[in-house]
Amino acid sequence: MNEILETLPGTTTQSLQSDEPKPEAKTRDEFDVEIDGTVGQPFVDNPKMSSRNCDVFYAEKQAIFDVNVDIGRNEIIAMIGPSGCGKSTYLRVLNRMNDTIPICRTTGTHTLDGEDIYAKDQDPVLLRARVGMVFQKPNPFPKSIYDNVAYGPRLHGLTSNRSELDDLVEASLTKAGLFKEVKDDLQKPGTGLSGGQQQRLCIARAIAVDPEVILMDEPTSALDPIATAIIEELMDDLKESYTIAIVTHSMQQAARVSQRTAYFHLGRLVEVNDTDKVFTNPEHQLTENYITGRFG
Amino acid sequence: MPINTILITLVALLIFGYFLGRKRSLAVAGSTAKGYSDLHSLPSYYGYMVAVWAGIPALIILLIWSAFSSSIVTSMTISGLPEQMQAQSKQQLGLVMNEIKNLANSGLIANETDPIKQAAAEHYQKLTHINTMAKTVVVFVIALIGLVLAMRLIKPETRARNIVEGVIRWTMIICASIAILTTVGIVMSVLFESLLFFTSVSPIEFLFGTKWSPQTSIRTDQVGSSGSFGAIPLFVGTMLISAVALCIAVPVGLMSAIYLSEYANKNIRAFAKPTLEILAGIPTVVYGFFAALSVAPFIRNLGESIGLDVASESALAAGLVMGIMIIPFVSSLSDDVISAVPQAMRDGSFGMGATKSETIRQVIIPAALPGIVGGILLAASRAIGETMIVVMAAGLSANLTINPLEAVTTVTVQIVTLLTGDQEFDSPKTLAAFALGLGLFVTTLVLNIVALHIIRKYREQYE
Repeated sequence: MNEILETLPGTTTQSLQSDEPKPEAKTRDEFDVEIDGTVGQPFVDNPKMSSRNCDVFYAEKQAIFDVNVDIGRNEIIAMIGPSGCGKSTYLRVLNRMNDTIPICRTTGTHTLDGEDIYAKDQDPVLLRARVGMVFQKPNPFPKSIYDNVAYGPRLHGLTSNRSELDDLVEASLTKAGLFKEVKDDLQKPGTGLSGGQQQRLCIARAIAVDPEVILMDEPTSALDPIATAIIEELMDDLKESYTIAIVTHSMQQAARVSQRTAYFHLGRLVEVNDTDKVFTNPEHQLTENYITGRFG
Repeated sequence: MPINTILITLVALLIFGYFLGRKRSLAVAGSTAKGYSDLHSLPSYYGYMVAVWAGIPALIILLIWSAFSSSIVTSMTISGLPEQMQAQSKQQLGLVMNEIKNLANSGLIANETDPIKQAAAEHYQKLTHINTMAKTVVVFVIALIGLVLAMRLIKPETRARNIVEGVIRWTMIICASIAILTTVGIVMSVLFESLLFFTSVSPIEFLFGTKWSPQTSIRTDQVGSSGSFGAIPLFVGTMLISAVALCIAVPVGLMSAIYLSEYANKNIRAFAKPTLEILAGIPTVVYGFFAALSVAPFIRNLGESIGLDVASESALAAGLVMGIMIIPFVSSLSDDVISAVPQAMRDGSFGMGATKSETIRQVIIPAALPGIVGGILLAASRAIGETMIVVMAAGLSANLTINPLEAVTTVTVQIVTLLTGDQEFDSPKTLAAFALGLGLFVTTLVLNIVALHIIRKYREQYE
């Protein structure tokens, strides 16, 4: 990795630190050429999910270049990076949500518990029940709170009668830390809740189908600080039972909740390391530039 | 001066006023140290302001004057007539007045033998002349007063721009009210004619009677003129045909909307959506003869081949064709609301491991349901009001039946038959058309209100 650092032209680094925005834009293009492989510890023993040689294209445009990374069991891995760096796109590779975009094409090998999730006989619909997702904007269905949580279990036939379903809904809402607030209003519309409650409802909805991995795409970017704090606490509890990958724009959030952090830049995975290391002693110059706020 | 000359001169005066006002504002601004920047508004606004001040009061006076002057002149002429002539009935007096007016306008007063009429015509001519003169003078005096006042108002701090803005706003309000007032006028006229009808036929009979046979007798000894006005068969016929039409249009329209918005790729959609909407642009008379000449015989033959007795003018044929016609109402509106369901809903559902059709059935349709219902209700209003297809394909006999294989008639068809041909305008037969129209109007109005309400509710959902 010292080689990589050395290959970075000194002029580029300097101009990045300058205050003028225009040369900076130019140097980003130069970096684009220079990122070569990922520094840090992208791989772990016995990973929950892993990706090798992942490329993603939107029509002719390549959005992700050769990403190789493992996601460990029961860990929270944070994905950070400037806007448009491909972190959300990569997250959506992991539950094949990109399949719903007709022009999107994904290559490489991706596994869940060693099983190829892009194999021909793999059903993306079933995969998404195992790898749940929480979106940036809370998106409860325009149904009652109960029906929102019961949506997945009903789809997949997880319960055989009403009382089992009731129990599952209650358990999911409890895990998402929402049950106390809504237990008397289960038949009220989910869209009537506050933003933070809606997002916890979406988390409850995701964990109701008992997934193995939960992907969170900037889950708190639309929420106020108090709601954010509640969700961050919730993530800490959820990590006991689930593996969580979270995309976030907030470096403080990444530092607070995650064990490992991956830094994406212009479609490339630049660095993966323990969160402490990334935020105190990053290996890559680009990571340091980003977390110290020089760009992004 | 005749009225069009007054108008043309007035317009010329306004244009003159515009340039005068503009020039005046420049002069006023020029006299201050800082130049034009002292003006509150652009110079042209001062021009408009002068034109508005000169034009609007004059136009209003002209309008009011023209509306009332002829009746005033007429009554003044009448009061100049001898007493025994004034004592005549209204109609006769009207006739006499017409004669006098024609005499005055013909310019042949000297040829008239009756000295009373001659005098009256001369009196009328004089009054009309005075009236026109007075009107011209008053209108132009008011226009000039307005112009002078406006000119005096022009100062750098005058808010000409705001005044012009206010005038434009009121112009818009008046234009909008014209549409509303027309609607109110139509409703009122239908309502009063209907009330007239209900004085000769009881509303109970009309609303609950089951026999429709509107032939009233002209002579008392005429045969076959029972004159029953029970509207139930007509409304049942309308509902039957509309129901058949909706049975076609709702599933087909909804499915095509779902296909277009969720499954079709861009190219197919770009081609299919306008093509589908062409259906709504085909003249209904074309649908009508298509129904009468192609579909109805086809259905009758089909029915015969499986041993069913189908009337050659069946509700089914009319309903089927009408259903095709209103498909675009359902599909186009549903397509719009389905496309308006946020992508986040689809993502949320796919992210839970739902398939495409599960997502459509359980998330998208419920979310779009109010809008879809709105579209269906608009289509239903259209089906209820449709005339041409049913005139041609559904027949005229007012059978009270819910069997779509029989001939039925509808409210609109009966209105057409009641009013075609030579009619007396005060017979119950003719007035019945207004009562039917009122019933139809109320039905579609209720449907439209319900539809609009649902659409409004839908709008609130994602805002």
